[in-house]
Amino acid sequence: MAETARAKQNAELATLGEDYATKYGFHDPVNYFHKGARGINHEVVEMISRMKGEPRWMADRRHEALDIFLAKPMPQWGNTKLLGEIDFDNIFYFMKPIEHQGKSWDDVPEYIKKTFDRLGIPEAEKNFLGGVSAQYESEVVYHSMRDDLKEQGIVFLDMDSALRERPDIVEKYFGTVIPSADNKFAALNTAAWSGGSFIYVPPGVDVKIPLQAYFRINAENMGQFERTLIIADKGSRVHYIEGCTAPVYSTDSLHSAVVELIALEGAYIRYTTIQNWARNIYNLVTKRATAHKNATVEWVDGNIGSRLTMKYPCIQLVGEGAKGEILSVAFAGIDQHQDAGAKVIHAAPNTSSRITSKSISKDNGRASYRGLVKIHKNAVNSKVSVECDALLIGEAARSDTYPTMEIDNDLVRVEHEARVSKVAEEQLFYLTSRGLTEDDARLLIVNGFMEPFTKELPMEYAVELNRLIELEMEGSIG
Amino acid sequence: MADKTPLFDLRDIHVEVESKEVVSGVSLTVYRGEVHAIMGPNGSGKSSLSNALMGHPNYRVTAGEAYLDGRNLLEMEADERSRSGLFLAFQYPLAIPGVTVANFMRAAVQSHRGKGADMTDFRKVFTGKMADLNIDREFAARYLNEGFSGGEKKRIEILQMAMLNPKMALLDETDSGLDIDALKTVAEGINRYHTEENGLLLVTHYQRLLNYVKPDHVHVMSRGKLVKSGGPELALELEERGYDWLVGTAPETAQV
Repeated sequence: MAETARAKQNAELATLGEDYATKYGFHDPVNYFHKGARGINHEVVEMISRMKGEPRWMADRRHEALDIFLAKPMPQWGNTKLLGEIDFDNIFYFMKPIEHQGKSWDDVPEYIKKTFDRLGIPEAEKNFLGGVSAQYESEVVYHSMRDDLKEQGIVFLDMDSALRERPDIVEKYFGTVIPSADNKFAALNTAAWSGGSFIYVPPGVDVKIPLQAYFRINAENMGQFERTLIIADKGSRVHYIEGCTAPVYSTDSLHSAVVELIALEGAYIRYTTIQNWARNIYNLVTKRATAHKNATVEWVDGNIGSRLTMKYPCIQLVGEGAKGEILSVAFAGIDQHQDAGAKVIHAAPNTSSRITSKSISKDNGRASYRGLVKIHKNAVNSKVSVECDALLIGEAARSDTYPTMEIDNDLVRVEHEARVSKVAEEQLFYLTSRGLTEDDARLLIVNGFMEPFTKELPMEYAVELNRLIELEMEGSIG
Repeated sequence: MADKTPLFDLRDIHVEVESKEVVSGVSLTVYRGEVHAIMGPNGSGKSSLSNALMGHPNYRVTAGEAYLDGRNLLEMEADERSRSGLFLAFQYPLAIPGVTVANFMRAAVQSHRGKGADMTDFRKVFTGKMADLNIDREFAARYLNEGFSGGEKKRIEILQMAMLNPKMALLDETDSGLDIDALKTVAEGINRYHTEENGLLLVTHYQRLLNYVKPDHVHVMSRGKLVKSGGPELALELEERGYDWLVGTAPETAQV
């Protein structure tokens, strides 16, 4: 199997050791085409919509959502203390770095191109991606897709362009999976959204190589509100990957995305995330998918960065025989809280789902699993399995599990397993007795713990993830 | 045996586990090329001695000295002991979920060669040694000891020994849990590894491994002490007579 690739992965691991600040945490000088004022109100919303030249229905949608955002109280669950520290008036809601999006990297300003070079995006594009979208602050500054994919009728655009070029499909599906009123942050996103990806895969088309978007926040106190909508038409298949980083600043930024997936009959969507925001980013994201008859949706969700993440990818199994899988991993280091989880709604017969959650808490980091499994009365012969695995490193590390199960019929099979473990002395001894230093041994054990997740990633991302974990594992154990 | 300086030298080793003394003054000298066997009933302190020498944090050496090739083992952490050429094949090797045998082995070999050292020959050497031990190639991609049978675990331990090529190997009950074919394969592996340059210490309850790996010296351990030493014939005598006749001769173990 992938032994050679793994070897490569290990070799790369051995040579790494930079910290976040030098590798991802740098920032570019800001000299943008447009930088709005701090704070959000109807004027700001109108300005965003006008600058984008949107149809009126979208502008109305934004205003309506803003009212919902302003009216809704902050969530009274999760990490309310950290949530309370968000200063919505101090955030820039819209920054347009350049006037026109680039179709080739040569069209992108040198300093932005350099940033994405440092993040390895053009390299990855050349080697193993079918299309790339690179968002910088509020807008996608570079977007490209291979010609052979275009010829198959696959649409992969940034969301702003999609609204201009495919208004019919956007209007049909926008906000249908996650309505504005779903939660406060979904409302905020709907009001202020900018950028994000739009994908439409025609019936029967198999997108054989992944499409990727990379989200970069550069400015301090930035609010990034990308909006993503993926529609896989009957019998089609697509794998979409997103990554994200930001500079290290002393004050906070907000990332609040909305991602809607629609897998029509027999379609397959896999959505992979490697979230590596800087430690001063609030990452409050709503992700939800609808899986129709015999469709499959998989969320592969890795959370390494951010100060506070609250994210619970959801799958609504609305068609008979639909399948859902949510595989998530969270790493909570110093002062981090990863409040992650999964939701599955079984609303049709013979549906099945599997949730696998792995979390690592180190030092005073806190990882929470918050999950919901709902099985409606009509969802007979459905199967659910939930497995939560938490690994604690250090005495101050914390892990919580908040599983909710609402099961309204008896003809279902439900399995639930939760485990909390520590890196065992005995395992460390076994590995050190073979010559590995204690740090290397601990890292190997942690990588092993995450293996069920990393093995689902394309090799390049597995390398990257292990690299990130190595960075996180450096330094003293509390 | 040409070299007169000891390869492995234990002087009056005492070991405590949870404040209880389990090894009470073991002295033993192994020269290059020699095979020693420590035999004894369960609970005699054999495994405790092996674990303590490898540096297990729960086994505290409270007195005595241990040298490998003139280097003081007791001043080293477990990983340094390994890199200095000591190896312990465990009686009950642990599973490490998610870490493949190949990945683990590569990390171990890399640690011995040094970070950044050339590893281009690793794959070839590794698959060669696996073939020598009749280990199916699919094991390379399996998670270390996870779901392995007792015999498979023991073979993987010997594979690790063969890969790391230690100066001195302690094999703790390596024969237990093996059927006769597996025993022969493992014994062949041990014999293939053993040269005039390295030393072996077999820790075992039964003498059946000694039919295949011939010891130069046999020691009997009871209540934390070596109570009798002799040649290979001693193992046969133990097989015939059991341990009772010797165990009775052990002086009382000092209780701390």
